[in-house]
Amino acid sequence: MPIRLLAALPLATMLTSPLLAAPGSADWEAVLEEARGQTVYWHAWAGDTRINDYIDWVKRRLREKHEVELVHVKIDDTGSAVSRVLGERSAGNHDDGSIDLIWLNGENFAAMKENDLLFGPFAERLPNFALTYPELNPEVITDFTLPTEGYESPWGKAQITFYYDAAELVDEPPLSMAEILAWTEAHPGRFTYPRIPDFLGSTFLKQALIALTEDTDALYSPVAQSDFEAVTAPLWEYLDVLHPRLWRSGRQFPASGPEIRRLMADGELTLAFTFNPAEPAAAVAEFLLPESTRSYVLDGGTLGNVHFVAIPFNSPHKAGAMTVANFLLTPEAQARKQDLSVWGDPTVLDVARLDEEDRARFEQTTDNPALLAPEALVDTLPEPHPSWMTALQEAWQVRYVGR
Amino acid sequence: MLRLAPLLIVALLVGPILAGLVMALLPAFGYLPALGGERLSLAPWRELFAQPGLARSVGVSFVSGLVTTTVSLVVVLLFLTGVSGSRLDRWIRRMVAPLLSLPHAAAAFGLAFLIAPSGLLARLLSPELTGWERPPDLLIVQDPWGFALMLGLVIKEIPFLLLMSLAALPQLDPGRRVILARSLGYRPTTAWLKVVAPTLYPLIRLPVYAVIAYATSVVDVAMILGPTLPPTLAVSVLTWFHDPDLSRRFMASAGAVLQLGVTAAALVAWWCLERLVSWLGRHWIDRGARSCAELPLRQAGKSLILIATLTACAGLAGLALSSSAGFWRFPDLLPQGFTTVHWLRALPSLSGPVTATWIIAVSATLVALALTLAALENEQRSGRRPAQGKLLSALTLLYLPLIVPQIAFLFGLVVVMESLGTRPRLGLVIFGHLLFVLPYVFLSLSEAYRRFDPRWMQLALTLGSSRQSAFWRVRLPMMLAPVLTAAAVGLAVSIGLYLPTLLLGAGRIATVTTEAVSLAAGGNRRVIGVWALVQASLPLIGFIIAVGIPRLLWANRRGLQGAP
Repeated sequence: MPIRLLAALPLATMLTSPLLAAPGSADWEAVLEEARGQTVYWHAWAGDTRINDYIDWVKRRLREKHEVELVHVKIDDTGSAVSRVLGERSAGNHDDGSIDLIWLNGENFAAMKENDLLFGPFAERLPNFALTYPELNPEVITDFTLPTEGYESPWGKAQITFYYDAAELVDEPPLSMAEILAWTEAHPGRFTYPRIPDFLGSTFLKQALIALTEDTDALYSPVAQSDFEAVTAPLWEYLDVLHPRLWRSGRQFPASGPEIRRLMADGELTLAFTFNPAEPAAAVAEFLLPESTRSYVLDGGTLGNVHFVAIPFNSPHKAGAMTVANFLLTPEAQARKQDLSVWGDPTVLDVARLDEEDRARFEQTTDNPALLAPEALVDTLPEPHPSWMTALQEAWQVRYVGR
Repeated sequence: MLRLAPLLIVALLVGPILAGLVMALLPAFGYLPALGGERLSLAPWRELFAQPGLARSVGVSFVSGLVTTTVSLVVVLLFLTGVSGSRLDRWIRRMVAPLLSLPHAAAAFGLAFLIAPSGLLARLLSPELTGWERPPDLLIVQDPWGFALMLGLVIKEIPFLLLMSLAALPQLDPGRRVILARSLGYRPTTAWLKVVAPTLYPLIRLPVYAVIAYATSVVDVAMILGPTLPPTLAVSVLTWFHDPDLSRRFMASAGAVLQLGVTAAALVAWWCLERLVSWLGRHWIDRGARSCAELPLRQAGKSLILIATLTACAGLAGLALSSSAGFWRFPDLLPQGFTTVHWLRALPSLSGPVTATWIIAVSATLVALALTLAALENEQRSGRRPAQGKLLSALTLLYLPLIVPQIAFLFGLVVVMESLGTRPRLGLVIFGHLLFVLPYVFLSLSEAYRRFDPRWMQLALTLGSSRQSAFWRVRLPMMLAPVLTAAAVGLAVSIGLYLPTLLLGAGRIATVTTEAVSLAAGGNRRVIGVWALVQASLPLIGFIIAVGIPRLLWANRRGLQGAP
């Protein structure tokens, strides 16, 4: 027991010290020292092999650089990790939890923060967090309208990006929700969205809601403060018309974004969308999509958000988890993540403010025609309040499950 | 020590299941102090019944259990009526073990590749025969009625029931029965159905019940092939348990109890069906008709089992094809090019799960084998034999983990372990696997053990050897082949287990099966192909060893090499 107490000491002193950690500072050095030899269990969605392969690389680099052993616990639903932490707290497990790091955002972050399940604030203590320049890029400290307050550290960015096969869709693709509706009438069975509660499917609902509702402001405060029925009525009207024109006549929906990509590859769909702007281009490079694939965003912009990593309050390896979170923010790790041949997930670092050597890491050399033009992502719609996501998911299921 | 073995087995099987069931039942009625449920209430049930599509979930689970079992049993019986020494029959009998060892998830993936609108079958016929230039917009896989799910289950349950029947048949001496009936003028198929089938059924009744229970409550196959809006009851329960909103756990427990009820209802329905068929069958036998659609029945049995076997093989071939495919657009039957990139990419991430899979499978199998041998040896020495064919016997207890739906007691077990402060560890997963490996090992070893000629042991004892050394030096070496086969069955069962690994390992312990199913969400056929093939090949290695070692060791003792 005394040995364990000693090991916990540096962290304890660090937690009480209000100082910001700078690279090389004694404070951060103590964290790294304590992290050495720890095994960090990272619960992260594992539905995409490219992401899993990237995490494998992170694992190897951490072993070399910091002697931290990273274990990727592959989950298909982040909710299960949240439920596990909650379950552990209910069972009285306050310091020996089974999860050290979670990849999350939105409603899962909101649920964990509301239940005091998160350790922190820790983001400001990570030396590399400064590279995101949060004062200039408020999206890295805002998660679905909620301030993160340092309880999660940004990892990457996502924005709804549509893609289509130009060999089949020779005219201009539909550029708005209304145009999509008209397009599906002419091309029944060639478009769909993932089954709710998949996050990409839920994001599609929100995108449609923002475009269709008259009261957009209501979406940015908790759902309880507005008339859900009235605000969402245009959405259900829209979906009732859209569903019979979808793939499988809307009687079945694909499980996830990657499955939509598979359906595109099989030629079952003509128009699809993803949350990762670089995914279509990366899939072309991997022979998963035809070379005639093109990407675009809707007129007026699409929903975008930042995804984060957070540390549960009862993680026994908080120093190790912080070391991982900090490594994920290094220009090396961020540039590799953004590389099309690896994952293609946009960086959260403020690349323009990095020094020259690091900036060079982010230059994409490819001129893949499937890749979205960078200026297309300028119009990013902010995410509604997380409570809307849950409310929409439930309402969708009541309306469309078991019919 | 030996005398404790049967007791230990019963405690090991019954204890966790009862504890798990109790811990599912209490939260189902609102009692779970750890989550703030202090009083008994019906609120979880009200919430459960308010879930959209619940009736449909329950209906699909119930019906798919009964249909799967009926179809599998009929196919197996029809095949057995006409079984002779033909080459086809021997080939099918030889395919039983590898098919049985094929994990359910891999078989389901293979089937999905085969029958999907963009799958191999459609590609084979398109565009020449069908005119499809693009995959047709047809709801085949994950259809709302669960047909694809039933088909996938039938493919896997046929080999199971066939193996169980083939193991039971020798006791009945079917050849002489049929000869007797034929001497009275009955045609062969009718003779078999009238004199062998009625005596065979009681011996395979428990395996049949296990099939019903499995088919009504399966999770991994239902996730791959089953309906989605809503999914089957067991899959819904799993998602509720994983909901970030912990209050849903009460409802999930109620769902688990409901699953228990659905499975029980299916078993009761089957029991009624048994009565009906036996009443009808008795009339049929009494009427004394000598012949009844001889050829069509026999042909149907043969062709159906052939179709099932070929479907499984073709599914595997499809997996292999897509795991090495370059760009592959509909309706091309073959990919535009082949590449090893999917395999090379997967290799580094394969080693961890493959190692974990082996560690778990080998440990659980060794423990199960030791317990089984101890119990069987004790049975030989004490001269007591458990009653067979009766519903309430030690054998039924052995079947308990196979008949109680996994989802109903595993969650309760997790709650028990959580409150005992047990951290998810490899040991816990091995223990969970033991619950399912032990019955299969026992069932596949017991017949051979009991039929072992007692004179060998008597001879050893008269030559002055002790009971111990007679066991180690005479019985075990002579029984090497059946012991290794039982071990291979145990390995196969462990490798294919999904839910126990997922729940007891808290997702931390990744085996090839949990990895393959979690990758299914990604829908990338190339990657799924790689993982499903690896998953399918692991148990095969076990069977190859089981067949190979006795032949190697007993190269000069033909009688000890096991069945050809």
